[in-house]
Parts: sequence; C-alpha cells; structure tokens
Amino acid sequence: MSQLFDRSSNALARTTMALAVVLAAGGLGLVLSLGQTSWVTRQNLLIKQPIQFSHDHHVGQIGISCGYCHTAYERSSSAGIPPTATCMNCHSQIWAQAPILEPVRASFRSGQPLEWVRVHDLPEFVYFDHSIHVAKGVGCETCHGRIDEMAGVTQAAPLTMAWCLDCHRDPVRNLRPRSEVTTMGWKPPENLAELQQELAREYNVQSKMSCSTCHR
Amino acid sequence: MSVDSPHAPLPAPVRPPVIAPGHSASTVTERISNIVFGRMPRWFWLAFGVAFMLVLGLLASIGKLLFVGIGVWGVTQPIGWGFDIINFVWWIGIGHAGTLISAILLLLRQEWRTSINRFAEAMTLFAVACAAMYPLLHTGRPWLAVYWLFPYPNSMNIWPNFRSPLIWDVFAVSTYATVSLLFWFVGLIPDLATMRDRARNRAQKLIYGVLSLGWRGSAIHWHNYESAYLLLAGLSTPLVLSVHTIVSFDFAVGQVPGWHATIFPPYFVAGAVFAGFAMVLTLAIPLRRLFHLEDFITMRHLQNMGKVTLVTGLIVFYGYLVEIFTAWYSGNLYEMFMMRNRVLGPYAWSWWLLILCNGLVPQLLWLRRVRSSELALWGIAMFVNVGMWLERFVIVVTSLHRDFLPASWGFYKPTVFDWATFVGTIGLFLALIFLFIRFLPMISIFEMRTLVPEAKIKESQG
Repeated sequence: MSQLFDRSSNALARTTMALAVVLAAGGLGLVLSLGQTSWVTRQNLLIKQPIQFSHDHHVGQIGISCGYCHTAYERSSSAGIPPTATCMNCHSQIWAQAPILEPVRASFRSGQPLEWVRVHDLPEFVYFDHSIHVAKGVGCETCHGRIDEMAGVTQAAPLTMAWCLDCHRDPVRNLRPRSEVTTMGWKPPENLAELQQELAREYNVQSKMSCSTCHR
Repeated sequence: MSVDSPHAPLPAPVRPPVIAPGHSASTVTERISNIVFGRMPRWFWLAFGVAFMLVLGLLASIGKLLFVGIGVWGVTQPIGWGFDIINFVWWIGIGHAGTLISAILLLLRQEWRTSINRFAEAMTLFAVACAAMYPLLHTGRPWLAVYWLFPYPNSMNIWPNFRSPLIWDVFAVSTYATVSLLFWFVGLIPDLATMRDRARNRAQKLIYGVLSLGWRGSAIHWHNYESAYLLLAGLSTPLVLSVHTIVSFDFAVGQVPGWHATIFPPYFVAGAVFAGFAMVLTLAIPLRRLFHLEDFITMRHLQNMGKVTLVTGLIVFYGYLVEIFTAWYSGNLYEMFMMRNRVLGPYAWSWWLLILCNGLVPQLLWLRRVRSSELALWGIAMFVNVGMWLERFVIVVTSLHRDFLPASWGFYKPTVFDWATFVGTIGLFLALIFLFIRFLPMISIFEMRTLVPEAKIKESQG
C-alpha cells in the first residue's frame, strides 16, 4: 500500500494546530475589543454637517457662550439645537452675502430647518436628561471636551456604558461650581477635592447606579 | 487446607460473558466496521428522513422565535419558565449516562461498559447540544447572550451575577460539553485508525486518516493513549456529580416553594443517571436488533442497565416521598400548600403520572423475568423517559403557577412553537445519532478486541 500522507503532513498538521490557536485567540480578542474602538463608539470621528459651522471660531475666538444657541441646556432633557433665526441674528448683518451661508438664508426664507447631524447620539434605550447633569455641576467640557477648539464638533468621549458608569459610580471628582459649568478650560482651584466635597453636599449629588436610572 | 474444609472459599459466581462465544479479534473488527462501510438498509434512510424533517421544523420554529420574540412560546407570568427549562433539564439529564458509563464504570473496571460506552458518549454529546440550545433561545436574543452569560471585559462594565446559579450553569455545562467531546474523540482515535486501514477508497482513507491523528498503534502511542484516557476519565468523574447538582441549584437557590429544597442536588443527580440509562436502553435495544449486534450488546448488558435503572429509580422515588415529608415537617404554610396543590391541585394529573412512570413501573425491574425481556425493558425505559420529563414539568410549572401571591396565579399553556421546538430537538438528537451510526464505529472496536477469549489467554500466559 502506498503512503497515504507524505512527509510534509506532520508539519502541515502542526502548523494547522498552531494557526487554529492563533486564529481563535485573535478572533476572540478582535470581537471582544471591537466594541471599544471608535469604529463602534464613533469617538473623534468628524461628521459632515450641512454647513461648515466652526465652534472654534464662534466660541473660542468670538466668545459666544454655550447658552446663546443651546438655550435649553440647563432646563431640558436635551440642550437643544438653535433655530435658523438664531444664526440670522448676526448673519443678517455680517457675512450677509457670503456664499457659504446660502443654505442658512434659504432655510430662513423657506422656514425649513437646517438638518444638523447629531454628534452625541445615545441609543434609544438610554434615558438621558441634560439638565440634571448641569444642575449637579458637571461642566460642558467634562463630557463634550474643548468645544472651543473644535472646528468641526466631534464626540470627545466614547459614550460607552462603561464611560457613563465610571462617573456615576463616583461623580464627585467631576464637579465644579454651577457658575463655571460653561467655562472652557476651567482652572480648578488649589483645594479642588475639598471644594468638590462641599459642592456634592450643596447640590445633593448622589451616585446613581441603579439600572432604572438610565434604562426606564 | 483440605478441599472439604468448611472455610474453603466459595467458587466465584459464573457470570454470563460480555461478548458472545466464538468471536475473535478479526470477526469483532469486521462486524463493527462493516456497518459503516456497508450499505445502510432502507429503514435507516426513512428514519433519518423523518428525523431530518423534525430538524427542519425545529429550524422554522427557531426562526419564528428569533424574528418575533419569545412571546411565541407559552411562557408568561407567573410561569416564566416553561418547556424551555423543562426540556433543558431533561436533555442534560439524559446525557449523564454517557459520562457515568465512560468514566465511572471505566475506573471501577466494569468491563460490560465496553460495548455501550461509545454510543452512550455520543448520546451524551448530542443531548448536551440539544440542552444547550434551550437557555440560549430562552434569552430571545442569543447574539446578546454573549455578555449575559460569559464574563469578559466589555464596554458596558457589566458582569454576570456571580452569585447566581445560572452563571454557574454556563460553566458547568460548557465544561461538561468540552470534556465529553474530548473523551469521546480520544476514545475514537484507535478505531479511526482501524477505519482508515480498512477504508475502501482514497477519500475515506484521507478523512479517517486525518481524524486518527497519525495513529500507528506503536507501544508509545498506546502508552500515551492509556494515560490520556485515564486522566480524562478522572476529569469526567466529578462532572457526573457536579453538572446536575448545579442544574438543581437553578431551582434550589430560588425561594419558590417546591424549588427551595436541600434534597434537590442528590435527587437530581440520581434522576439524571436514571434518565440517561433509560435513554441508553431506548436506543440500544432496537439498535442491537436492527444491526444484528446481539453478540456484543448481550442480555447481560441490558440486565445490568436495568439494575442501574432500578437503583437510581428508587433514589428518585425516595426523593419524591421526602419532598412530601419535608413539606409536612417544615410546618410552613406555603410548603404545605405547594405539596397539597401538587397532589390534589389542577396539575395533579402530572404528579400522579410521574409517580406511575418513575415510582411504580420501574419496580417491575425487581423481577428477573422482566429484566430478561427486551420488550419489557424497552417499555419501562419509555415510561422513564416520559416520567423524567414529567418530573421537570411538575417542578417548573406546578411550583410556579401558584406561588406566594394568589393575585398572580395562572396557568401554563404551551404553544405550537413550544411543541415544534421540543419535538424538533428530539429529531435533531435522532438525526445526529443516525449520522454517528453512518460514519463512525458505534461500538469501540479495539476495546471489544480485548474481551475476546484469545486476548485473555495471552494475558494469563504472558
């Protein structure tokens, strides 16, 4: 009877076994770590908007405060997207003929709102209230990053549940005085830890770890 | 010492042999391997076709479940566990005979295990496959069950509840499945080499050749093989006890009257072995007839399995009686109500049928005449199969349908999809058994060769 397998079969078998282990471990690692990558979380991805609006210019250079446009940021579950009229407050006077702003003027004439693309898009099963976070003294930049330095707004935080829980478990270390909530690049005082303990007492800040806090 | 001394040792009782006389190593090899290499009879393909249709039904009902949700099943408040958990426990229990036969009987050197261990182990694997499907489907979204069941560092900072027996179950069952698969495969290697050597064409030679991992039957191979097999047997032995103990914790750790009982672990383990041996009998009796294997699976095998069934059945029956005693002895209102409801309530039929199937009918096995009749054994095994399913029905449904809050009492009504899934897993189990018979030697050839007389003579002379 002739040989069924030639000499290379042993090497082939060993290589196959080694490769199987590597592939299984690698595949598992890939699947498990995929959820942490920006491909899934969309962290730091630049999103194409209908207008090239620059927060860097409006906030960082001109110094318009957050609440001028996002009027509901401390009262509502959503900070709110400004209506076209807010843009026209200034742009009916300055850059009134700029071609880049034609979609804004068109929207103003027709009454059809601009369709901004949501950057911080939480899943539908998350109950999120913007106002309570502001009321408890969490600064804008704590979650949104240095908006005043972003030409196009990107999602600064991963917005994973692990990230939410990281603060919900111990919220005190992310507190600042309410008066400093909208400050970009806040310089914390020397006695920060002490101050935060005091604020936590004053604002009645609690660690909210129950499932139904966010999933209702 | 004179021969007629009153202290002379009694002659050892003569036991019927575990292999019929007149066999040699070559006839054993031929008889078993020819089943695979020969043509399968017409009934085989008909039966496989029926089983395969049931598998298609299973796939259809799983598809419906995944598209619509577990509302297509009858589970709802207050009975949140229905057919899915009943069938899970039923299948897991059936698997236990394989591990017991292959591991514990091997370590106890019971040589009658030899001709039934291979397909009992295959049965274990297929039963575990059927069982594992149920908890996954019960989640409704099995693709999410990865983070519900397995602890891994995920982006949600969520871990399974390590204090819950449900997560212990995940580990118990997956360990059990892995060890059983390894044990089965390692036991197959020398036989796969035999199949390779007897194969009639190149494709067969290659497939069996790859699967036999280069087995040449050298002394070193045998030495390594024996160590590996014994080690795996040692690993499997605690699993016989641990798996069903942990399955019973799924109930016993809960506080529902009828679940919260310390008798659960031992009586679940005994029940599992009971159910497993009944299933081995259910399969072995027709198979030995249909494939003319009466020489290898002898009446002695069937009688021994009958005895194991009787003993484990008695333990299970004792468990049922102790439950009644405990309910009374506890003096607890809810425990006593649960027991009265079980025996006299709207689901009393299931309890009385259970006592009939698992308590009374197996008592016939005390009679040698019954143990020597294939038909009677097969009938009793079928009673036990039904009885063990009813046992889980009684535990799950009767306990839940009237728990602490009378306002939430209700009834359980399985839907057509419950039935299609249940019957479908039976079809899957049978289809896998048929494929196993078609492609692998269903009896361990090399171990049978050690039982033929010529092997014995060489041993005593050498």
